[in-house]
Amino acid sequence: MIGILSYLVFFATLASILAIAVLGLNLQWGNTGLFNGGVAAFFGAGAYVTLILGGQPQDEHLGGFALPYLVALAGGIAAAALLAWIVGRLTLKLRHDYLAIATFGVAVAFENVMRNALWLTGGAQGLRGFERPMRDLLGDGLNYNSVFLAFVLVLLLLVYGVLQRLAGSPFGRLLRAIREDEDAARSLGKMPARIRLTAFVTGSAIMGLAGGLYGTFYAFVSPQDVLPTLTFQIWAMLIVGGAGNNRGAIAGAFLIWGAWTASGWALSRFAPVEAQLYTGSIQFILIGLVIVGMLLWRPQGLFPERLVVSQSGKPGH
Amino acid sequence: MAEILLSTRGLSRDFNGFRAVDDVSLDIRAGTITGLIGPNGAGKSTLFNLLTGMLRPSSGRVTLKGADVTGLAPDALFRKGLGRTFQIPRPFARMSVLENVMMAPVAQSGESLLGPLLFPARVAAEEKRNRERAMAVLEFVTLAKLADHPAGKISGGQMKLLELARVLMGDPAIILLDEPAAGVNPTLTGILIEKIEELNRQGKTFVIIEHDMDFVMRHCDPVIALAEGRVVFEGSAAEAQANPVLLDAYLGSMADA
Repeated sequence: MIGILSYLVFFATLASILAIAVLGLNLQWGNTGLFNGGVAAFFGAGAYVTLILGGQPQDEHLGGFALPYLVALAGGIAAAALLAWIVGRLTLKLRHDYLAIATFGVAVAFENVMRNALWLTGGAQGLRGFERPMRDLLGDGLNYNSVFLAFVLVLLLLVYGVLQRLAGSPFGRLLRAIREDEDAARSLGKMPARIRLTAFVTGSAIMGLAGGLYGTFYAFVSPQDVLPTLTFQIWAMLIVGGAGNNRGAIAGAFLIWGAWTASGWALSRFAPVEAQLYTGSIQFILIGLVIVGMLLWRPQGLFPERLVVSQSGKPGH
Repeated sequence: MAEILLSTRGLSRDFNGFRAVDDVSLDIRAGTITGLIGPNGAGKSTLFNLLTGMLRPSSGRVTLKGADVTGLAPDALFRKGLGRTFQIPRPFARMSVLENVMMAPVAQSGESLLGPLLFPARVAAEEKRNRERAMAVLEFVTLAKLADHPAGKISGGQMKLLELARVLMGDPAIILLDEPAAGVNPTLTGILIEKIEELNRQGKTFVIIEHDMDFVMRHCDPVIALAEGRVVFEGSAAEAQANPVLLDAYLGSMADA
């Protein structure tokens, strides 16, 4: 019983962390039409910098600086935002497919730097020496994980609430208008370049928050955590849940993460031994099929974008 | 005579050695519906793009309300009071008709990232005012019933009315219409021109670019005619109709077209 509960807490924590990242991507893609193919880099920047700032001093690599946890987490968010600002200044002139390729390249470069800059990141061994906050008080195990889940859920709700408010505001309307037709928006006095950069940086900062929480949860991060796989999974969550719908983004995160872990478990349990070597690959094929199927038969996702968002023309609204 | 709202001096634009607009100097006076005509290839669209900031001139100047606006981007021009519609309508398709119109007011305090989070009450009050105005504008262009419809799912003519509503919402001093009658059924064209004339009576200034000579003669005054990138005629609609050169050059080529 405790085992199942522990597992559920574990599962819900990871799914909620990923849901935060999916919400960030929804702001960029769902609302603004910015194809970010490098989610893993912004997530990774949040994770690495949170652990470097908050970890105990190490001989093998830079940091840690043992800063208070919330300061470290804020630093992780700021690092993701800064990376997004630099990348955005350089690439946001590009549209759709080119932006996707450019940001994908950034993520591959990021992973390579993390793998090879031993003095900074500990290289392939990853970053160690991070103490999870309040461990003295709560110990390890279910107690700790339950409190941490609550913390993550509060942040998820906060991010959701802020993004919902923005979606229904003139700011959200402006993002959608730029997504729909940038030239028409410009003809109405709006400045698309500036708004796109704002949306890109804000969405990436949210991904950085998710990364920081992820690093905190494992008290460890390595290049394995920032592979293009992660970008792919987060995109799958948004597509299945429904681009342009924040509720859909959260539901998609839980569904895809559920399907991912369930398929991993089922494969390891029931697949023939020879096939188990390929469990990871088979999972990818399954998730790929889900994405293709969604795009073919329900491209708007399980929770389609609502059309009348900021204001309705009905009287008495 | 009424003040000059928009004017050009020696405006030219080259494309790889081809001079699409050649030394154009013209004045648009406040309170007019000025027609800009010319056969295909006369440089109308290039001139329109120069006036709306979509293209930068190779040489020459553009003045709006007495201020030099040469080379300003379309968004800056709109904020200075120059609105435009597109020949092929460009609605924000996956947004409602009402939201399309509510996009237009400049400097909305809820348009920044922090505005809606820090000043929700101010933003809500502004939204309420904008919504009421947008509904009134939609009422005016006969689209109020479609307020909650997706803008991408209304007819082409309704989209032209929506573009007019959108630009009116921003309350520019002068509105440039790119072929308003093209590709629209006659009933909706009738509504559109009726609304333009009503707005004009209230003092709004329009520039209509059209190659339908008949439409321009009936609804525009004065008329400016372009041929091969140059202004070949400038005068009242009555003068235009009596001008043998113009009739020859245009009606002849229009009849062939």
